[in-house]
Amino acid sequence: MIQPPTLPTNYTVKPGQIKTSTGKTIRTEEMIINMGPQHPSTHGVLRLEIVVDGEIIVDCIPHIGYLHRCFEKHCEQMTNYQQVIPYADRMDYCSAMTNEWAFALAAERLLKIEVPERVEYIRVIMAELQRIASHLIAVGTYGIDSGAFTPFLYTFIDREKILDLFEMTCGARLLYNYIWIGGLSHDLPPKFIEQTKEFVAYFRPRVKMLNDLLSYNEIFVKRTANVGVLPREVAINYAVSGPQLRGSGVNWDLRRDDPFVIDHKLDWQPQVGKGEVGTVGDCWDRHIVRMREMEQSLNMIEQALAGLPEGNVKAAIPKRIRPEKDAEIYVRTEASRGELGYYIISDGTASPFRVKARGPAFVNLSVLPEIVRGGLIADLVLTAGSIDIVLGEVDR
Amino acid sequence: MEFIQTLLANQLVVSILLSALPLVFIILMVLVVLYTEMKVAAHIQDRVAYMRTGWHGVLQPIADMLKLLQKEDIIPTKADKLLFRAAPFIAFTGTYVAYAVLPFSSIYIGSNINLGAFFLVAAGSLVVIGILMAGWASNNKWSLFGGVRSAAQMISYEIPTALAVIIAVMITGSLNLQEVTKFQDGGIGNWLVFGGPLPWMQKLMLMPFTVITFFILFVASIAEVNRTPFDLPEAESELVQGFNTEYSGMRFAMFYLSEYANLFTVSAVVVSLFLGGWSSPFGAFMSGPVWGVFWFTSKAFLFILIQIWIRWTLPRLRVDQLMYVSWKVLTPWLFVCIFAVGLILVI
Repeated sequence: MIQPPTLPTNYTVKPGQIKTSTGKTIRTEEMIINMGPQHPSTHGVLRLEIVVDGEIIVDCIPHIGYLHRCFEKHCEQMTNYQQVIPYADRMDYCSAMTNEWAFALAAERLLKIEVPERVEYIRVIMAELQRIASHLIAVGTYGIDSGAFTPFLYTFIDREKILDLFEMTCGARLLYNYIWIGGLSHDLPPKFIEQTKEFVAYFRPRVKMLNDLLSYNEIFVKRTANVGVLPREVAINYAVSGPQLRGSGVNWDLRRDDPFVIDHKLDWQPQVGKGEVGTVGDCWDRHIVRMREMEQSLNMIEQALAGLPEGNVKAAIPKRIRPEKDAEIYVRTEASRGELGYYIISDGTASPFRVKARGPAFVNLSVLPEIVRGGLIADLVLTAGSIDIVLGEVDR
Repeated sequence: MEFIQTLLANQLVVSILLSALPLVFIILMVLVVLYTEMKVAAHIQDRVAYMRTGWHGVLQPIADMLKLLQKEDIIPTKADKLLFRAAPFIAFTGTYVAYAVLPFSSIYIGSNINLGAFFLVAAGSLVVIGILMAGWASNNKWSLFGGVRSAAQMISYEIPTALAVIIAVMITGSLNLQEVTKFQDGGIGNWLVFGGPLPWMQKLMLMPFTVITFFILFVASIAEVNRTPFDLPEAESELVQGFNTEYSGMRFAMFYLSEYANLFTVSAVVVSLFLGGWSSPFGAFMSGPVWGVFWFTSKAFLFILIQIWIRWTLPRLRVDQLMYVSWKVLTPWLFVCIFAVGLILVI
């Protein structure tokens, strides 16, 4: 049985309750609508079953699994740990670099391999570039969700420049297979540092322009402030992570709190939603956290480029990777969308016995029904957009 | 030859020919506006749009139209067949009928009726019926949402439009659009947005209110043609395609045609009520019946350009914010304006 919605006080519309002449209050009939998997704003193949009262959402049930590709089972069938990396790429295809990094890191910890310092620096540069590219998609599509089409194209122009840098490095534009266990597939190409510096200089004003065009637009602020409010406690209880958690005012960033590489040596600040235009944890906060994180990533890239040491990009690892029998490891990293963790169990053979991925988008999506109840359909679209899901990673 | 002469002598044939003139105009105008919209949007977004069909893609709108003509006409099995088929044509009728009273030039107006301004407002409501019919007959929940949203929106924004028209009528003293335009003839200073050709004292007092009314009418007219930031009936990211989700081929093209023709109508209303219609901004210079057509269309096109600019810049309002703007911002301000204009005119 569906409970009547509890509305936040800031809503100007109330659910349909009609008073009859005899003084009885009756509810208007609810309608069940199927939103997706072919809906333009479900960011892939998410299917939302929504129960609406007029335009007000009474309940929302996400259905997932349309893009299930047996990621975890495939990993067990590989003849080599190294072969898992391209699969990890395909999980969150908007942020492939951070995925493969997380898996490589887990495998390295399992094998107790130390990688050269140069590798760590390059990995940070790559991951932060990837984070910017991924946030640019999030911000651009969020503009489309709110009805503004132009920011989307601007963000894609900038993302192209990052993809060009990646293409230069490893030949691929979307799924890189660049970060290998024990190092990298190649060293940086000759002009990479120069061109990345150019990109950083070019991109700083672009962030400001995007902010002027979208983030501080009066209509956009009106649409997203106080909408889809995710309170601090709810966010923590649902194990939400990444920009969504920080948008709710929780200062938690694994790059600082559980540093897995050189991130703690760099000078940067995790960005937290402060509720500047509405409540802490509303859609605008989540959006602005992403905008500000892009600027922080630029700082990190600059510092990492400046401190890039010389050296080898491959650690000495055995040709056949065979971890100890019954060894197990869980490694969590801060990917573009939040905490991405891999749990690997080894049975002593060349292929992993079990790989479990803890994807941020999957966990973040689980909080959606909790925060959209009582809003309008337009709010649901904006709330779902602000979670920034990638269905490839939700379904795996 | 004689045959043609006898034909032309026939009143009925002449009226049919004359009424076909706006239809030709609509089709040509829509092609131009489509091309302009795509090109302007592309340049706003840092891209070039189509470049391969003709010089800079000028033939693309024609190619699009031809493609839509060839498309299969799909009617959903559970749709209300009659209403589904009729809806696009009713919507287009509402648009087309409005062209009868648009004063293109001092000598050309489809029908010089005394209730021109009133007729325009009334004809605008006919489009709502078509859209509501389309939304309901499609038997699709998203279409229904689009149709109902559209009805609510267009009816709400008809109030500010009508009130703004009333202010223009109060100053000019006529509902006849030709009279309204003639009243403003004689240069940019005589336009109603600057207070009309009244004594300078009165003009100065009227000016703030006429400027406000002009802006409100412009905002309301964007809402009436369902364009960003008021494009809720066909909000793509929310309602798939709104009321025309289930439409394809020529029926979809009719909605499209109606939407773009309406774009010109509302701009023409703003122009003829507040910006001097066909009259030249330089007084007697460059004025006359033929120049009139030029001024009228170019002023209207200026507004179409502004609407395109707005569309590709701003996000969309939410449904309750839309209603808020209409009922709690625009309408009260217009009441203030009506009161003030009335007071000034009496003094």
